Amino acid sequence: MEDYATIDHDVLIIGAGGAGLRAAISVCEAGLSCGVVCKSLLGKAHTVMAEGGAAAALGNMGEPDNWKVHFRDTMLGGQYLNNPRMVEIFAKEAPERVLELEEYGAVFDRTPDGLIAQRPFGGHTYRRLNHVGDRTGLELIRTLQDKAVSLGPSIYMETTLTRLLHSGDRVVGAFGYHRSTGEFVAFRARAVVLATGGWGRMYKFTSNSWESTGDGAGMAYAAGAELIDMEMVQFHPTGMLWPPGVRGILVTEAVRGEGGILRNSRGERFMFNPEYMPRHYAGKFAESEEEAHRWLEDKANNRRPPELLPRDVVSRAIYREVLAGRGSEHGGAYLDVTHRGADYIKRKLPSMYEQFHALGDIDITRQPMEVYPTIHYTMGGVRVEPETGASTVPGLFAAGETAAGVHGANRLGGNSLTDILVFGKRAGDGAVAYAAGVEHGALSREEIAEEQSVLLAPLSGGEGENPYELSRELQEAMQAGAMIARDEPGLTACLEKVRELKERATSVRVPGDRRYNPGWHTARDIRFSLDLSEAIVLSALERRESRGAQWRLDYPEKSEELGRVNFVVRCENGRAMLTSRPVPEPSPELAAVLEEAS
Amino acid sequence: MRDRITIRLYRGDGVSGEERDYEVTTFPGMVVLDAIHQIQGTQDSTVACRWNCKAAKCGSCSAEINGRPRLMCKSRVEDYCDEAGVIRVHPLKAFPVIRDLVTDVSWNYDKARQIPPLTVDKNVPRPFRLQQIDVDRIQEFRKCIECFLCQDVCHVIRDHNRKDGYFGPRFMVKIAALEMHPLDGIDRRRQLRNEAGVGFCNITKCCEEVCPEHIKITDNAIIPLKERVADDYFDPVRALLRLVTGAKPGKRSPHAHE
Repeated sequence: MEDYATIDHDVLIIGAGGAGLRAAISVCEAGLSCGVVCKSLLGKAHTVMAEGGAAAALGNMGEPDNWKVHFRDTMLGGQYLNNPRMVEIFAKEAPERVLELEEYGAVFDRTPDGLIAQRPFGGHTYRRLNHVGDRTGLELIRTLQDKAVSLGPSIYMETTLTRLLHSGDRVVGAFGYHRSTGEFVAFRARAVVLATGGWGRMYKFTSNSWESTGDGAGMAYAAGAELIDMEMVQFHPTGMLWPPGVRGILVTEAVRGEGGILRNSRGERFMFNPEYMPRHYAGKFAESEEEAHRWLEDKANNRRPPELLPRDVVSRAIYREVLAGRGSEHGGAYLDVTHRGADYIKRKLPSMYEQFHALGDIDITRQPMEVYPTIHYTMGGVRVEPETGASTVPGLFAAGETAAGVHGANRLGGNSLTDILVFGKRAGDGAVAYAAGVEHGALSREEIAEEQSVLLAPLSGGEGENPYELSRELQEAMQAGAMIARDEPGLTACLEKVRELKERATSVRVPGDRRYNPGWHTARDIRFSLDLSEAIVLSALERRESRGAQWRLDYPEKSEELGRVNFVVRCENGRAMLTSRPVPEPSPELAAVLEEAS
Repeated sequence: MRDRITIRLYRGDGVSGEERDYEVTTFPGMVVLDAIHQIQGTQDSTVACRWNCKAAKCGSCSAEINGRPRLMCKSRVEDYCDEAGVIRVHPLKAFPVIRDLVTDVSWNYDKARQIPPLTVDKNVPRPFRLQQIDVDRIQEFRKCIECFLCQDVCHVIRDHNRKDGYFGPRFMVKIAALEMHPLDGIDRRRQLRNEAGVGFCNITKCCEEVCPEHIKITDNAIIPLKERVADDYFDPVRALLRLVTGAKPGKRSPHAHE
């Protein structure tokens, strides 16, 4: 076995997006030794891509918003597959977490009274998204980064961890390599927090970066943790569509929040088509274009435009418009915000203006954008305790997109930035409390030797599979079989393909050495993506109903029975096992909140 | 647009390197980063580059395209081809090369650590009340995506390698965002004058030209910071006051700059 450095920390945090950094702040403030490991440079994590805002019921806009409304909106958006206790914690603690950011240095847009300005967003009853133009994620990550750095954790940039290490049942560390040198490294910790984000990179058209290969959930799965709700993959309705070089890049929902209108090739504002209005949202949205227009200036006396329905609903509508032959020039929908005027657009949506100007040759103050759904977010992930973020494996915690439970079958826009704040802190605190009660465990030399051989095999020479080719085939398969509209034959074919690729991934070969070699990195990452793809497809096959992000053409209705279960995927003896668990019941108090009319 | 173009790419590490040509197939809207990805995926998977968002929001894929610092994800290939259909892509010049397009930018993170965070007096009422007009200018500075293109182009760093004396434009912008925050209680002029070295900047505005976020680095951040430092240290009236009162420069009440 090759030599490696071993580094000790009380708490090891894997991932340095919003959730990881917020957890690090908690660990440092508790006076514990904290190690933060990230695959990229610090401050580049996927959090920077969040645009619209962080949802928290501060009630700054003169509307009667409070945690209960936020709770109800989130449960309804998630179609009641959410863990109610988790949503309760989320909605109650959101305001405090957002306000704390101002203390750390965040500078949000302001109301005329000098408070944080809030904007409307899909599925939120009131204006609730605390924002900075359309670059809220950047503001969050930079703020958390500055705060965390000032507290002095050890930060290991461009380091990839690929294996959680056990002592008995407990996770006591992790193993991986430094990207620039390829040198191996082991971390020993009393508690490990996974905050590695989602796994949208397995789809062809995605708003996700190369990092989103699902290492964290993949490692947790390999370590025996339960993954739930894996079938719930969010398709954001508005990704860029043309030119091909930009396909999939996100167009923020803030465009619709600021009044953006969706039209088809006939110029019809198709979100007014009653066929697209889900029963559970009927009556809550404007029913004429006039009312939607009046809402721009008078939100108290008019209902929101139907463009602000949740993401799953709008994505399906665009998909169906295109299928019906009413698509835009390149097969999507037109998104038009020109009626808001150039000054307003440049102030409220500056990065969208710049993005279309530089990459798409479109001036969004004068022309409509062309959009089509793009893979955006993974609602599923590691099953955790609501209070602490503890996974089902002792010593292992998870927070943010890696974890599951808050968003159920569909996440509302603006809830992810809040999720990483609330549960980043919770998981950090949970890890601190756990670490206080345990000693460091001994790292298993067998596990490390095994992982070394997995990592080194692709460099062993000879002929083998090309990891980029496997990646491409996986993206094609998932795009074709497990996208927005699913059915049994498509999913079955996809599952077969994923399993074939899993087999082929064991014989990947790459040229070069270990110094900053992207081919070598991809060779390991693809295996996480493949495990998670299998979990997605297995769960999607089993959920024989349409709910939230899961749309089954062969089961177009909701099933009351399936609405009461979360599907669980676990790794047993190297094989994926699918089971189910009852969705946690709301407490009597929360049941009463759900009953109240909103 | 041409169907095929040539990427003339720097391959090498900190010790040695050379330019190598790769032919790539173009498509509409293609950016330089797409070309690098195509090379990685189909010709040579050892080509090292950094990237994350591919939407000009994270500042990872900084490189020198035809000798100018740019984000590869924001640079359309048709805008950079010469008559022969060639684009030269090199790593940032101001930082040591690790491999190919990847450079060691850790110096920047060391500088960031030396800047004290926002510190608000506990007597300031919460939640904060701030007027939009008062935060407009610092929001401009907070648009920075830390691509370090400004650091790369700055003469002080690039040509004179004075990383020991000057924090560079990126961190002038960062300090400006804190210094001009209406609620910040720390006086930052001493740091600016001393270890951050604001005096090194000779206002050539090269940093402004390369900023992908169009931040007016020199006009809105560095010049006002220079003025604050100059006012404090070199204003004869204040110097006299110091002589009389014994006060040191750089001390003042937290809200004196409002």
